Amino acid sequence: MTTLVLSRRNLLAAGGSVLATGISGLLLPARAEGLAPTPSMSGGSNNYRKGAAIVDRIGKGGFWMSGTVRRAGDGAPLAGQRIQIWAHTTEGQEHEPQSHGATLTDKDGKFRLEMPQIIPIFGQPHGHLAYDSGEFQTVFLRPVMRSAKETSLEAHFVLQPA
Amino acid sequence: MRLAKATLIWAALAIAICVPIAFAAASPLLAWRGPVYILAGFAGIVALGLALVQPLLIAGYLPGLSAYRGRRVHHWIGGALVVAAVVHVGGLWITSPPDMIDALLFASPTPFSPFGVIAMWAIFAVALLAAFRRRLGLRTWRIAHMSLAVVIVIGSVVHAMLVEGPMETLSKATLCALVLAAAVKVMADLVRRMRATSRGESLAR
Repeated sequence: MTTLVLSRRNLLAAGGSVLATGISGLLLPARAEGLAPTPSMSGGSNNYRKGAAIVDRIGKGGFWMSGTVRRAGDGAPLAGQRIQIWAHTTEGQEHEPQSHGATLTDKDGKFRLEMPQIIPIFGQPHGHLAYDSGEFQTVFLRPVMRSAKETSLEAHFVLQPA
Repeated sequence: MRLAKATLIWAALAIAICVPIAFAAASPLLAWRGPVYILAGFAGIVALGLALVQPLLIAGYLPGLSAYRGRRVHHWIGGALVVAAVVHVGGLWITSPPDMIDALLFASPTPFSPFGVIAMWAIFAVALLAAFRRRLGLRTWRIAHMSLAVVIVIGSVVHAMLVEGPMETLSKATLCALVLAAAVKVMADLVRRMRATSRGESLAR
């Protein structure tokens, strides 16, 4: 067992270091030493349409796209972030407006949007997601399903301030 | 007996090409694709089938065709391969321009794309060289054509196997194996013949 010695010197040293990390944390909240930001994936922005509306569900649903949005560095969950989702589904091609929708993250930084079943397009069953609201740097993701038979897909964002 | 063998060879070839096309035509994925995308996909499958016919034609393995006829048909099918590649790429471009541009620039996230694009350029290169084959000389032409044919066959087979689309896996794998086997057999025979000729030439000197 260790005994805590609260001397003036210890207190100053500990307080100083807390202050130092606190200030540098405020100045540089997205330093690479913590959780690294997610880079955009190649082809991620293909057939993107700006400003897809926030919807309860894309089309008739049946397939779940889910994931998390966190802050780079400390990994804190980011609530209320708008994530756009689109894919080639049983109800439309990637570029068509009805294939696009957006949702917001909850207080734990999680999002979940029901959409029609994704089917293989251009040789791979995949979805597209975008964060492009401006507060953080824009990220485009293009996750691939392990099998075309799967009925859900996940994508995770780690954002850094713009 | 000879007729029976000829019938069997042609029937086997027709099955090898038509079965994968029939399976692809029955794929549920087609229901969610536009006509241009469907056409582009089938142009690719047809091209894979033609890649099986090409070595068989030039080696004279297809009964009922004289060596001259076989070579003529080989030239025409070579032209058809160029057309099929153009329809394949053109149709995919219309379907999703950014995805096709990524593929052509070797910036695509899909691992099969560069194999297809390289095979496409090799097909175009053979067609271009074929126009000047008399000026190249037989030996140079053969070496150039065979090298490019290796690129076309390997590129197309890897491309096709990695693509997840309307083709059914087993029939696709069988067609790919046959394309590979036919190319290896015919090229090995030709290399052996070319070696024999050059040996003969050096003996005569």
